[in-house]
This record gives sequence, C-alpha cells and structure tokens, in this order.
Amino acid sequence: MVRIAVDLNRCQGYAQCAFLAPETFAMHGEEALLYNPEVDEAHREKLLQAAAACPVQAILVDAVDVPAKAVSGGR
Amino acid sequence: MGGDGTLDRLKRKGRIVVVGASLAGLRAAETLRDKGFAGSLTLVGDEPYEPYDRPPLSKGVLLGKASADRTALPRLRNVDAKWRLGVAATGLDMGARRVRLADGDEVPYDRLLIATGVRARPWPHEGEGALDGVIVLRTRDDSAALSRMLAAGPRRVLVIGAGFTGSEIASACRERGHHVTVAERAAAPLVGALGGVVGAVAAELQREHGVDLRTGVMVTALDGDAAGRVRSAQLSDGSSVRADVVIVSLGATRNTEWLYGSGLGAGPRGIACDAGCRAFDIRGIVTDDIYAAGDVARCPHPLFGYQFLTLEHWGNAVAQAEIAAHNMLSESVDRVPHMEVPSFWSSQFGINIKSVGVPSMGTEILITQGSLESRRFVGVYGYQGRVIGAVGFDSARWLPFYQEQIEAAAPFPPEFSTVDRRTDGQRPVDADFPDPSVPTHGPTVTLSGYAPDDRRMTFVPAH
Repeated sequence: MVRIAVDLNRCQGYAQCAFLAPETFAMHGEEALLYNPEVDEAHREKLLQAAAACPVQAILVDAVDVPAKAVSGGR
Repeated sequence: MGGDGTLDRLKRKGRIVVVGASLAGLRAAETLRDKGFAGSLTLVGDEPYEPYDRPPLSKGVLLGKASADRTALPRLRNVDAKWRLGVAATGLDMGARRVRLADGDEVPYDRLLIATGVRARPWPHEGEGALDGVIVLRTRDDSAALSRMLAAGPRRVLVIGAGFTGSEIASACRERGHHVTVAERAAAPLVGALGGVVGAVAAELQREHGVDLRTGVMVTALDGDAAGRVRSAQLSDGSSVRADVVIVSLGATRNTEWLYGSGLGAGPRGIACDAGCRAFDIRGIVTDDIYAAGDVARCPHPLFGYQFLTLEHWGNAVAQAEIAAHNMLSESVDRVPHMEVPSFWSSQFGINIKSVGVPSMGTEILITQGSLESRRFVGVYGYQGRVIGAVGFDSARWLPFYQEQIEAAAPFPPEFSTVDRRTDGQRPVDADFPDPSVPTHGPTVTLSGYAPDDRRMTFVPAH
C-alpha cells in the first residue's frame, strides 16, 4: 500500500489530482478535496504523477517502505 | 561546528526521546535524522498505532471514502527509531533526565521533545458519558466506532458543540442521510474561532442542509434506557431530543497531567515554551534540553504581540516539530524562532473554509471580496488598526495574499481597493466574538497571559 497525506493548508483546489488520479482524489463541493490516505500499490505511478502535477505541491507520498516490525508494540 | 564539542557528541551518540507519536512526533523524528542526528532515537506513544493523520477521521472516514485504520502518515524518510507504542509516559524526572513509562520502564534522554497533544474533552457526567451510543471523536478508534454506529442506521444523531469538529460531523451525517440535531451553547456555530458575523453564515448553512440546529442552549443531561443505551438528551431550554447516537464535541484537553510535579511549566493550557519551542520550568526559566511541539505547546508569537498561543492546527504541529528538531541540534546563535502564521482549514456542507492569522484576536471584520449571501467570500479581521486574520469560504486562492497582509502588519481597514466593486463600501463591522471571560466550547486558538509561570493557569480544573 502507498500512503499519502495532503497538506490542505497549501491545497487551493486546482483539482489536478482529481483529474489524474480520480480513484484517490475527489473534489467535494467546488473547492474542498477528499482523498483516500492509503492507496493500492498499483496506483503508485498515477499518484506520483498527481503529486508532481499539483501546482502548490501539497501532496505528500510515502518516500520509504516501513518495515512492519519497526512499528510493532513493545520494546 | 563551533562550541565546545558537546553538540557534536550529541549528534553522534546522544539520546533523543520524543514523547507523542503523532504528526508532530513523526515529523520531528524525520527532521532530526535529516539534520544528521546519528544517535539513539526513541518515540513513545500511548496509542498502539504508528503515527496517523487525523483530519480524515472527521471527514472522509465518516463519508465512507476512507477507512479509520488506514490513515497512517506517509514516511518522508527512514527514522531508524525505537518505537514504544501502546505505552503512555507517566512521569518526568528533569534532574535525572528520565521519562517514566506506564509499564514501569524508564527511558533516559539527553534531549526530550514533548508532543503529547490533546484529547477530546469527555462528557462531564461520567455515568451518562458511559452510555452506549455516546462518543467523542479524536482518535482512529473513536472514528472507527462512530463509523460503525452510523452504519447501524441511527434514527437521530445529536452533536453537542458546534465547533469545527462538531460541524464537520454534522455535515457528514447529513450527507449520509441521517437526521441530525446540533446543540450549541453560543449563538451560532464556529463563533469561538470566527466570530458571530461568520458564525451566522455557518448557522444558515447547517439549517439549509437540514440540520436541526439549536443555539443558545446547553445539554443538561443524557438519559439511557434499561439496557444502558442512550435514548434522549435534556436541553437547558426545557426541551428534549431523542437520539440514539450522541457525539460530544466540546473541545480538547491538553495531555500535560503526566508532567505535574515534574517542575516543568505545564498546565491545562499546555507547556509554556519560548519562540524556539524550548520549554520553561515552573520558575519561568527556560530549559536547555526539553522542547515541546504541536497542540500541547504554548509559544509566544512575535506577530501577535508575543501572546502565548496554543494552536490545535495540523500545520502548526509540522512547523513546530521542525523548529524544535532544528533547535535541539543547534548552538544558541543558530536557533530559529517559530514565526509561521497560523492557518487551518475545515470542509463542511460543501464549503471549503480556510483561515490565516488569528481571527479570534480581531475586533472588527470587513468582507473584502464576495458576499456572505453567496457563501463565497473573504472576511478580514482587524485589531488595533492592523490586519490580524482572514477567513475564506470557497476562496482558498486568495488567502496567501491576506497572509502577506498579516505578516506585514498591513493597516485595517485595508487600503487596497478589492478586485470586485463593493456596493457596501469598505466599512468594517464588529466581528462579534463572545466575551472571552465567559467559557464556551474550546476555540481552536486559545490566548492566554504573558507570564510563563502564571499561577492562574497551573491548577485550573479541566472542566
């Protein structure tokens, strides 16, 4: 899975992401953005395109794969 | 590198502990590694989950567009940290430089970052709050539980408190087709953060979208049935509302109790810090080794009269985390202050609401673009003849301009002529904020006194 977050302080509703990766991003009303924060690996390429196309560079995409054991509980 | 080599040793083999494994904690950890910290890094979090993003929990998740257990934050780099998740910090020994954990363990540090954030303020009556169907919304578990409750098809949802979170929940519930009642103590939604002029627009939006909005009332009691399920709420105007889901949205309480008695300047209003995120002790002396970031930090902001601001904003958590991480690894002359202009967003009832500056400091408001009636406008807040904040409804692209006005302490009312000719001229009106001495649900920005060891703030009960 690929994780994303959108800095919605930066987002100005240009909707480029909603055109390029509609399975992940959707406009909600005229300006607000709804997105799915965890996306299937198959969509990574489209996600990266959407992130690159964002005029205000508001989309953050996983830069690293997080090893599962690194985040398990305990010490 | 200058100095006596202490900093160099810290960078190579020091121990940094971050308490709080959410947005601020994660971004601080990433920044520390970015800045070349090669020592041991430990992140402590009371929830058993890796850092996750909260904004979707009251929006996309409730609309079924995202899943509450799938909002983990993207990793911008490897942090190579020891994660202590599902175990809360319970105490701090500033002398021995150790953090005590709930499982009895102690973690030693050379530098400590506190990013323990806030928790939702619970319903004040414990028995009523424990009724089945009564819930707060702050964590991913809360969001998952609320999603399940809504999926079960409640006959009516009651939201107590019409701040941003409560209003977003009401919006999502209406979009899903649920009957919704919102009870708000103030005269309109969002007044604590945006004032009565804008609050009146928010009230109209709610009513147009079919919310049964009751303002100027308090919920005085919640009643349950024999099975312990919530059934109805009593309001202060004598009426009652039948509801099988009740969402308590009365603002947040800062997670500072674990620091009481430690000697750190921490209280119900947060941890007092300098502009570089270094925490004060209760004597008002700044510490060298303890920093705070995010919702729990109270920092003086030069742009806003050096008032100590506590900001429960996503962008503030990121900015302070980066500042704290940088300053931890810097000589005093290389430290940087937190000067970012506060900003936040909310989306509700189809409208994108964004704000910059500190609207709640404003005394007057001028609608500079658009109109309140059209639900697309920019409102500029003035304080003592300068621009102090701005809010936009579906006007996001204009806010960077107003942010520059705030940063430049531009005169209020603004002297520029706006892009659209205004029939109502350039006359500001009273922004209509509630009297700050009267408690309301928590505004997203709280202002408090100047002195870091202000005794009034140290022992105020949470409710």
